[in-house]
Amino acid sequence: MAKINIKIEGISYQVEEGLTILEAAKECGYEIPSLCTFNHGECNAGSCRVCLVEATGARGLVASCVYPISDGMEVTISSPKAVEARRNSVELLLSDHNQNCQQCDKNGKCELLRVASITGSRELKFSGAHSEAHIDTLAPGLVRDTSKCILCGRCIARCENAQGIGILGFENRGFDTFLSPAGDRSFADSPCIQCGQCVNVCPTGALMEHSEIDKVDEAFKAGKHVIVQAAPAVRAALGEEFDYPIGTPVTGKMIAALRRLGFEKVYDVNFGADLTIMEEGTELLGRINNNGVLPMITSCSPGWVNYAEYNYGDLLPHLSSCKSPHQMQGAIIKSYWAEQKGIDPKDIFVVSVMPCIAKKFEKERDQEKVNGIPDVDAVITTRELARMIKRAGIVFNRLPDEEWDQDIMGDYSGAGVIFGVTGGVMEAALRTVYYKLTGEEKDEITFTEVRGHDAGIREASINIAGKKINVAIASGMRSAKILLDDIRDGKSKYHFIEIMGCPGGCINGGGQPYVRSCFLPNEEPDIMETYKEKRAQALYKEDEGRPIRQSHNNPQIIELYDKFLEEPNSHKAHELLHTTYAAREGFNEI
Amino acid sequence: MGKLNAAAVAKIDEICARYKDEKTPLMMILSDIQNEYGYIPLEVQEIVSKHTGISVAEIYGVVTFYSFFSLTPKGKYVIGCCLGTACYVKGAQQVIDRFSELLHIKPGETTDDGMFTLDALRCIGACGIAPAVSINGKVYPKMTVSQVNEVIASYLINEEKEVTA
Repeated sequence: MAKINIKIEGISYQVEEGLTILEAAKECGYEIPSLCTFNHGECNAGSCRVCLVEATGARGLVASCVYPISDGMEVTISSPKAVEARRNSVELLLSDHNQNCQQCDKNGKCELLRVASITGSRELKFSGAHSEAHIDTLAPGLVRDTSKCILCGRCIARCENAQGIGILGFENRGFDTFLSPAGDRSFADSPCIQCGQCVNVCPTGALMEHSEIDKVDEAFKAGKHVIVQAAPAVRAALGEEFDYPIGTPVTGKMIAALRRLGFEKVYDVNFGADLTIMEEGTELLGRINNNGVLPMITSCSPGWVNYAEYNYGDLLPHLSSCKSPHQMQGAIIKSYWAEQKGIDPKDIFVVSVMPCIAKKFEKERDQEKVNGIPDVDAVITTRELARMIKRAGIVFNRLPDEEWDQDIMGDYSGAGVIFGVTGGVMEAALRTVYYKLTGEEKDEITFTEVRGHDAGIREASINIAGKKINVAIASGMRSAKILLDDIRDGKSKYHFIEIMGCPGGCINGGGQPYVRSCFLPNEEPDIMETYKEKRAQALYKEDEGRPIRQSHNNPQIIELYDKFLEEPNSHKAHELLHTTYAAREGFNEI
Repeated sequence: MGKLNAAAVAKIDEICARYKDEKTPLMMILSDIQNEYGYIPLEVQEIVSKHTGISVAEIYGVVTFYSFFSLTPKGKYVIGCCLGTACYVKGAQQVIDRFSELLHIKPGETTDDGMFTLDALRCIGACGIAPAVSINGKVYPKMTVSQVNEVIASYLINEEKEVTA
């Protein structure tokens, strides 16, 4: 690209041709106040009018996020005219915004509040009618409150880009425009997979997770045995809520915090992940050896399971019958653990800390109950856990590093840790399948050919004991669809496919801390592109450091089978650890 | 979701197929469906979504953006009252209010017997004869509040003739 000469605030710079004013200014060290602190191309470009500047050659003020630079252009950000115009734009947005900021869980992470602060919007200059609020609290995963929506359209773009399902859109016109699934339906009555990618990109509190902190509080008040289990991806991101650099694993401090929050036992979901590998690996070998339905597809991701039930009802026999790791572990806590401890399962309350909001839906499924008792009682996100830690007055960075409870369960292998990143379940399964087929461990433990950290499809052929196993990995439903259509058309050459609902896997789940460059002044400028890889590396590092790295070598898993489950895929294992699926109508009768 | 009969599904498939080579076929498809059936409910939008690859939410957005499209069946007679600037200053609001009062429906609604739909229109380009009302394409110029009763009655009398004939 050719370089051209521009001036910003009277100072000369050389920048690449083709950039917008906003991008060029950023290169030169200016952060024009804007709501454009997100991935390029995921908003209604230019519609909010916050980033107005003066530029020679243009008539009036221009929106710097869409206006291209040209040779000789002189840009002024600080002129009284531009400053006032930006403040007016923000005040116009605020004039139709529900300003109950202190009741909003987004407080502190709200981009609108931030830009109001830096543009100096201190008074409510424009008062008048408010557009009608559309509020949806029916779905277990997420809530929508359009009184806080600024109609930026990021959520619409993300749903379409990542999942290809375009659940959200704008309805009506002008002042009556509002954001909604088609027909102002609830997410619960639409083919929404409740992955929460829209929540991750919302600049305000219009889309949020359905908080279950109150449920946890009630369980403590009722004197239940409250057990907590945390998923692998949580430790790779929780630190971000306490200003650690992205990619800092905070496993020890998280455990210490959970203990101080009063949980009776603090378990790692990785034990459940190891259990999943034992069941799923055995199921896969069974299908390969007995001409079962292939390819088999993983079923750990409830967002993906929702997608399959809505869109590929005919392919449901391809899904592994295994429950997801936290559901398996919940079922074991309420059976094996309860038996060993002499506690009535009805008095146990299992809380899962998840990077995911679809898990909030998953735990409500009738198929995820044993004798009417749910495996898991509450699911809180990484973000909700951070809120609980802060409200309890725990200073996170001064906590000691503590260890998981590992009394009769809770020990885990490195294979369990990498479940949190796309390709991880596949690699964990291959480590165990290799052992089952050859009777020995692979010298080089890892299967790096299946690793990655982004959306898209990866594939590999693995030779194990003369058997060629073809595998593929996809995350985000837009990618998964390609593999699924091939299966439908009879063209799929794979034995085993891993599918994760969110692009990049659980590390980028809908319940993870918000990543916004504007709130991360100490991160590199390209953090929006690199954060997934950084979180993934935190998990691969923990895997490397584990003394045991294959699920089948986890001594407590071996003991669980010896004492209780007998063997993988046994009758008892099926009763507790496996589930069923059913095709669902997207827009159901309401 | 309410199920469409096979003939209706085939018709919608056929309408979508008409524009399969168009780059941006949505408006044409929706216009044809609106003309054919008089409305475009959600289950029809689902079929259009499958053919075009455009999300149902986006199609719903288009249907609710343009007042020409309707989500519910329209009445036999569609009364369009222009509320454009010229008609408005000439008293169009009082005219539409009178229709509302006599028919017991709000703008956008249809009478229970399916006879009349009342629509508020933006400028229909008939400013010279403001306030203008259009019923199934027939334009009534310079409407007054006192004429509303008469106009409704003329359609009801017509109906009786049709029934007795």
